[in-house]
Amino acid sequence: MEIYWVLGIPIAGGVFLALWGSRRNAPEINALVSMLTFLAAAMLTQRIIEQGPMMVGNGWFFIDSFNVFLVTLTAFVAFTTSLFSRPYMRIEKEHGRLNDKRLRLYHSSYQVFIAAMLLALTTNNMGILWVSMEAATLATVLLVSLYRTPASLEAAWKYFILCGVGIAQALFGTILLYFAAEKVLGSGGTALLWTQLNGVKAQLEPTVLQLAFVFLLVGYGTKVGLAPLHNWLPDAHAEGPTPVSAVLSGLLLNVALYAVMRCKVLVDGALHTDMAGNLMMGFGLLSVVVAAFLIKRQTDVKRMFAYSSIEHMGLITFTFGMGGAVASFAGLLHMTMHSLTKSAIFFAVGHATQKAGTQVMDGIRGLIKTNPTVGWGLMLGTVAILGVPPFGVFASEFLIITTAMHEHPWATPFLLTALGVAFAAIFGRVQPMVFGETELPRLPHMPALAPVFVHLGLVLMLGLFIPPYLAAWYRQAAQLLGG
Amino acid sequence: MALSYHLQVVNLLAALLLLISFAMLSQRRIVGLITLFAWQGAALAVSTSLVAWATGQHHLYYSAALTVLLKVIVMPWIFYRLVKELDVNRDVEPMINIPTTMLIGIVLVIFAFNLALPISALSGTVTRSTLGIAMATVLLAFLMMITRSKAIPQVIGFLAMENGLFFAATSATYGMPLVVELGVALDVLVGVFVLGIFFFQIRETFDSLDLKHMEKLKEK
Repeated sequence: MEIYWVLGIPIAGGVFLALWGSRRNAPEINALVSMLTFLAAAMLTQRIIEQGPMMVGNGWFFIDSFNVFLVTLTAFVAFTTSLFSRPYMRIEKEHGRLNDKRLRLYHSSYQVFIAAMLLALTTNNMGILWVSMEAATLATVLLVSLYRTPASLEAAWKYFILCGVGIAQALFGTILLYFAAEKVLGSGGTALLWTQLNGVKAQLEPTVLQLAFVFLLVGYGTKVGLAPLHNWLPDAHAEGPTPVSAVLSGLLLNVALYAVMRCKVLVDGALHTDMAGNLMMGFGLLSVVVAAFLIKRQTDVKRMFAYSSIEHMGLITFTFGMGGAVASFAGLLHMTMHSLTKSAIFFAVGHATQKAGTQVMDGIRGLIKTNPTVGWGLMLGTVAILGVPPFGVFASEFLIITTAMHEHPWATPFLLTALGVAFAAIFGRVQPMVFGETELPRLPHMPALAPVFVHLGLVLMLGLFIPPYLAAWYRQAAQLLGG
Repeated sequence: MALSYHLQVVNLLAALLLLISFAMLSQRRIVGLITLFAWQGAALAVSTSLVAWATGQHHLYYSAALTVLLKVIVMPWIFYRLVKELDVNRDVEPMINIPTTMLIGIVLVIFAFNLALPISALSGTVTRSTLGIAMATVLLAFLMMITRSKAIPQVIGFLAMENGLFFAATSATYGMPLVVELGVALDVLVGVFVLGIFFFQIRETFDSLDLKHMEKLKEK
């Protein structure tokens, strides 16, 4: 039952905000709707923990430990982002960058976007998965161009066209998947249900699935931001409003990777080779290396962290590509860590750029003096994402690197070099932003940074101690991925 | 023998589809491009309903009806309105000259047929021989997106690509499950609406729909 709440609340919220979103308290309604979604997601999780995987609504929805974990994460980050966006967007409006009409569009699209992602996560039908991934893109195109500046329009256009072409490849992949499935399951609505496909995966035609996976990986991989298909990502992150950057980076990339993983499980079952895993490792490793070296050249702070997202998504893709229980566990853990940390960083960066009036890093100096909370938030977030202990990213990266050393030693030098380069580049940039000299006065208003510290607190906690039930949960999910 | 007679017509329509794709590649005016897109949709709908009739797959009638409604009536109408209101019906200058584009197109068609060969060998549908054409349509639409610098031709290229994918689904598997096709159609429709809004934003900011103005965001 909870599943209908999880999907229904954001859709209802989106409709409500589209109709009455010009009200003064629209941001509060947005936050309230997100909170209710999160509560529903928490109840769903509770039920899955108690009763195990289940199918709802004649097999339309399928929930197991793998996707329920992402549902909770998505609902949680969506909730904290809505809390952050409430004061942030209000200040943007005071600065004259937005008006009521655009805020209405923003709030409504935000809820529709969340609903589309949750549908993508919970649906059992590979076709609907495609439909909701595309819906998530469409909901965010107008958000990226919300400021209507030339650069933001260009970014939104690039986002639409590149992701559109990418997702068209995924549609072809889905058609091929259906083509293979239809031979075994017969035509009709059930042949695209993941649970059905998973049951007969050994009988699916290997050549067709091989081709299908290439298309699906390229298609959804565009959305994950894998190099060399990543071009839309830095632009969309840098030019859109900061709350949108936070949810794109923290959530959408995860959901796209989730789609790839669902396909990989099927393909692995049909092929009995490592072809899918090898492809993912190749793309992942390329993304890590390319992104790390491009980070060095950025001048815009949001662009820099967008490249860092590409790097981390590449790392996760590589890890899932390796396969096996430990790697899948590490990949899931890193997914969580990256979502929480990166969205926290974007919150802090949002306040910093809003205060400095620029996203160029040379223009942001001495945050620790003008606003210690923002300064510490950014510094701690950066330290966390760079994988410094005791934060959780260290734990997951450590697991990833040790597994890579053990199973694919050739990849280790690339990974270590890339992580080192990224570390030097990002730390070198953020340090003067936080501790540099500045003449600017202190910030007049208190930033709303509770979400930042909640996220970082969670990351710290998971770095020090993963509660046993959570570890068991991750292990279960890793097993589903073929551990 | 009735069956093979229908299939002859389907093959003919498939050839027509390919021909329209080439015509789109060589079309210079936006209005002409929209008309061609509507014709492509019509050819697709007729061939889909013929396949439905020949094979008794009733759900294909729905998707044919959907194609007529969306791709022959609604979308061309939206595009005509956009062109009229934005006043952009000047010649479309492709970035590569047209004869070269056509030659690249021919190479793509050969490539598509080779790519489709192993799949159509496995397919049990009566229409499997058209799969190569479907893939060629996808690739040609992709080529059109690459070679055009204006916003509307790029989007038409994108939609033509979707037409090709639809055709591929029909020829390889007699179409996807209905609910998926409905979802895809809904997405495409919403996408066109979003783009309509978006075009006005681009025009407001740049005073033109030429994407040459939109090449600022690059790695330095």
